[in-house]
Amino acid sequence: MMETAEFSTLLETLCPMFVLLDDQGRIRQVGPTLQKLRPGRQMVGRGFLDLFELVRPRAVTTVPALMSVAGAKLHLKFHDEPRTALKGLVAPLPGKGGAVVNLSFGISILDAVRDYALTSADFSGTDLAIELLYLVEAKSAAMEASRSLNLRLQGAMLAAEEQAYTDTLTGLKNRRALEHLLSHLISSKADFALMHLDLDFFKSVNDQLGHAAGDHVLKQSARIMLEETRGDDTVARIGGDEFVLIFKGLMNKDKLSGIAARLIARMQEPIEFEGNPCRISASLGTALSTQFQSPKAAEILHAADLALYEAKRNGRSGHRFYSALSGAQH
Amino acid sequence: MHGLINRAIQSFVCATYGHACWLRATEVAELGFSEFEAMLIYDRELSMNVLDALCTDLNRSRADLLEDMGTYLVSHPNMEGLRRLLRFGGVSYVEFLHSLDDLSDRVRLAVSDLQLPALELQEHSPAQYELLCHPGLPGYSSVMVGILRAMADDYGALVILSHEGRKEQVDSISVTLIESAFSEGRQFDLGARKP
Repeated sequence: MMETAEFSTLLETLCPMFVLLDDQGRIRQVGPTLQKLRPGRQMVGRGFLDLFELVRPRAVTTVPALMSVAGAKLHLKFHDEPRTALKGLVAPLPGKGGAVVNLSFGISILDAVRDYALTSADFSGTDLAIELLYLVEAKSAAMEASRSLNLRLQGAMLAAEEQAYTDTLTGLKNRRALEHLLSHLISSKADFALMHLDLDFFKSVNDQLGHAAGDHVLKQSARIMLEETRGDDTVARIGGDEFVLIFKGLMNKDKLSGIAARLIARMQEPIEFEGNPCRISASLGTALSTQFQSPKAAEILHAADLALYEAKRNGRSGHRFYSALSGAQH
Repeated sequence: MHGLINRAIQSFVCATYGHACWLRATEVAELGFSEFEAMLIYDRELSMNVLDALCTDLNRSRADLLEDMGTYLVSHPNMEGLRRLLRFGGVSYVEFLHSLDDLSDRVRLAVSDLQLPALELQEHSPAQYELLCHPGLPGYSSVMVGILRAMADDYGALVILSHEGRKEQVDSISVTLIESAFSEGRQFDLGARKP
């Protein structure tokens, strides 16, 4: 049998966190790394169970019980602060009683290296602790890079979505956004009025003063429409000089007529462009979702279109409501 | 080419020569964008075009530029994370040299699609080493010379490095260790964590 001194040297090399116990469960010797966790506090001579609490199996509170769990994986904690969690394994010494308990950090390694300022030299050469620490740092760095990519992609996606629903010239919603909104309103069975607005004399502004003037007129018209509607109404540009306004929950024909009249009046005010007054006007046709048994987007749009046509036929700068009667005629 | 490599070039150029220099290079190389994403893969040609544009712009050889990049990757405060990962390789410069054999595997553990060429350390004597850089990434050995030099400073070792040339596509770097504890070197605290 090996001498005790030789045995200790062997243990120090192989398991720097060993505890050598006598048959009374008192600590005879500890590995250098384990001692480093409690600097200035002598471990040798103290009872193992006075220093460590067994977390699992919890029933182990006596030395004989400790000796009886030989070979099983133990979860322990220091009784005092910092209560670093440790894993352990008890191996009884052959013959003369007593045991070796080999301890290691489980997942607590991350806190332990910081709390106790451990270095590579504190781990045995075959311990995977350093590799684990390496991996944690490497994976965190990789994760951080992925996360920042995800954030940028999310930002780009929101911007692209916003763009896809926006008419870039006027900043109003576009046809796509309108279709989206209509199908949402219809599927949620919400009542709404749909107003189709067509600019009058827009073509002549374009022809006489050029596209820049036309663009300016479109932007100013858009601004007027936004000013004359409520915040939760929707204004969309669905074609060159065609707009659709959606008034959710507004079915009062007098109010809608009032809005239409104000829109026409403001559109008729000359719009200044590079010193030239641009004169336009607007014709409007309105349909109500309540005019249909089970409304469909295309159906309501078509109805508003018919009303608009009716308005134009009666001289420009007018507003008409759709009536089922006139719808039947066309 | 992995985005991390492109990102390393971008970070090095911006920190050393300024953002304007980087933008010029991306324009000359006709990338169509100015920021590489670290976690995407790009055509190798793009990276090579940017490098060529940088070499022309800065009037430097590719080997010189890449060697400086290797130094940057270890010594610049921006790159503290990478320096730490390399320091996990060992407690001394010699241990670090030996850990380079595992570098490409270690890298793959962290980022599975980042393939770096194999490195092989040959020990001719306790003071004389040769690092063989296997093919797969043009310029890798130049970057490694910069990394080896900066890591020597980090460990406080005094070394002489030279690029010995290439045999059958394998680049050879000779490392002569004059003194392993020449200076204090920099601290490496295992438990240090980013705030």
